[in-house]
Amino acid sequence: MPGYAAYLLSRLGQFVLVVFIGMNISFIVTHSTPIDPVEQTIAAATQYGSTNPEAIALMRQSLRELYGLEGGLGAQYVAFWRRIAVGDFGPSLSAFPTPVAVLVGRAIPWTVGLLVVSTVLTWILGNALGGLAGYYRKNRVLRFAGILAMAFHPIPYYIVAFILLITFGYLWPVLPISGGYMMNMERGFNLGFIMSLLEHSILPILSLVLVGLGGWFMGMRSLVSNVVTEDYVTYAELGGVSRRRILVSYVMRNALVPQVTGLAMSLGAIFNGAIITEQVFGYPGIGTLLVSAVHAGDYSLVLGITSVSIVAVSAAVLMIDLLYPLLDPRVRAR
Amino acid sequence: MWRILRDLFRHNRAFAVGMALVFFVVVFATLSLFSPYPPNDSFVVPPDLPPSWAYLLGTTSRGQDVFWLLSFSIRNTLLFGLTVAFISRILSLVIGLVAGYLGGVMDRVLMSINDTFIVIPLFPILVLFYFVMRDRMSWSLLALMMACLGWAYDARLIRSVAMSLRTREFTETGIFSGMSMRQVLVQEHLPYVLPIVFSTTMNNLNWSIGLEVTLSVLGFTDINTPTIGVLIYWANQHTALVAGIWWWIAFPVLLVVIAFVGLFLLAVSMNEYIDPRSRLDRVHG
Repeated sequence: MPGYAAYLLSRLGQFVLVVFIGMNISFIVTHSTPIDPVEQTIAAATQYGSTNPEAIALMRQSLRELYGLEGGLGAQYVAFWRRIAVGDFGPSLSAFPTPVAVLVGRAIPWTVGLLVVSTVLTWILGNALGGLAGYYRKNRVLRFAGILAMAFHPIPYYIVAFILLITFGYLWPVLPISGGYMMNMERGFNLGFIMSLLEHSILPILSLVLVGLGGWFMGMRSLVSNVVTEDYVTYAELGGVSRRRILVSYVMRNALVPQVTGLAMSLGAIFNGAIITEQVFGYPGIGTLLVSAVHAGDYSLVLGITSVSIVAVSAAVLMIDLLYPLLDPRVRAR
Repeated sequence: MWRILRDLFRHNRAFAVGMALVFFVVVFATLSLFSPYPPNDSFVVPPDLPPSWAYLLGTTSRGQDVFWLLSFSIRNTLLFGLTVAFISRILSLVIGLVAGYLGGVMDRVLMSINDTFIVIPLFPILVLFYFVMRDRMSWSLLALMMACLGWAYDARLIRSVAMSLRTREFTETGIFSGMSMRQVLVQEHLPYVLPIVFSTTMNNLNWSIGLEVTLSVLGFTDINTPTIGVLIYWANQHTALVAGIWWWIAFPVLLVVIAFVGLFLLAVSMNEYIDPRSRLDRVHG
């Protein structure tokens, strides 16, 4: 099937382009500044008391090597790509000598778990409610749900997470507001640990869902109210097909197609939201790691997290793109 | 123009509410011009006072009047959003109109780049940007950076309109009467996409203000220029919530939420105005 192959190829090309441009932005950002991260690290290290100049020269040398800042701009650029290709960002400075890759690898399952659960939940809930609201336009409960979802939609992740933190942390302290599981608890596959895990994920997930819901809701509602006026829906209604069947397999299914594209498009923004939310709730994922890396002045860790984020998000988008033909057969037939 | 605004105000509740909220926020921001204290002076009033008639929104632990500080902050935050919106509007207009008008290979190349900017996770990049700039980070640099990253979504929207404008007869007429591409785009196509530009401006404002607040709260911007995020940052630094100084945090959060909801309602109602189908809907039911 040549149509599918062409589609596959174009999506793969897009993936490569996203990674390429993203990495180049990172490179330009890190190299366009008047500030030298090596000097900065040395300044931080020698802040207290004097160190002998030879030691500093040695330190400068090894840091240059460590950060891949040796040689001219061209050589640095090549070194930059080589490190990305092999996934080696060197040891982290704040958790020396643990490699950056290990730190990131430890944090990633938390972020992925949080992202997948909240994104799937938000997407399904938003589309289901939006679809119903578009089909049953006069229903009061659905109208109210729409207003509620719209009210949360424009408020950025940080503020919503922050409001939840204040509400459930100070005003009505019933939920844990920090960490991924209870402190001092042995990690293992048992009921207590899993319960603690779930309990700690409620607030981060809730804040992600609250912010995300409105977009899908409104998108789906307007899509459905357009599809409902199509001739084939009227035909099915006249033909006596049950309303439920019309809603699910005639209306929703067609309206869902652009929503899948929308999901791929907004994944980057959702990822931003997840790492911000993590930071607010001290969730042990990429976001918390990133913020603490900045505070610790850990150059390789910050660069490593940025690079991994770009690759991970574009890979996730590619995955959605590859699943897309399952939903929209026209792509295969083209 | 005025008639459109008046009609929207009368018949569209979302527009009226949004307008009122935004107006309130703008008036509050304008008040900063009459502030008795410069924004960065501390210990000009007694610290930690709860809201009262003398200090409407209370005072901070650094001896600042929350009311006046907040008006400075919201002014800077709004100006920041407007700067980002203005620069990124130019980018998205140029790219959207050119891609839609030219079509073909040029369109595909531009849209591939465009989609890339939509997908790339911006937050880590902005954090990286702060990380390398550190103390040289300033309000205007961040605005420029965000404008360069935040044009893509709207460029796509503008391009889709430009594509249909391309096939209209007046475009042909323009080309045959010897107008250059620039002339066609600026004189013929631009007026058609302006309503969309206005509605996307509101969304873009929300986006940039949201990111600015987030970055500043984490301390990843210039923390000496008061913005809403910087205000919350300092409150957190002084553990205002634990100390019970809730007014230092509650009022900035409340004000910025009012701004977000107001801008969003304006964007939604303008979208409805642009899409004639939903206008008909409103008339019928």
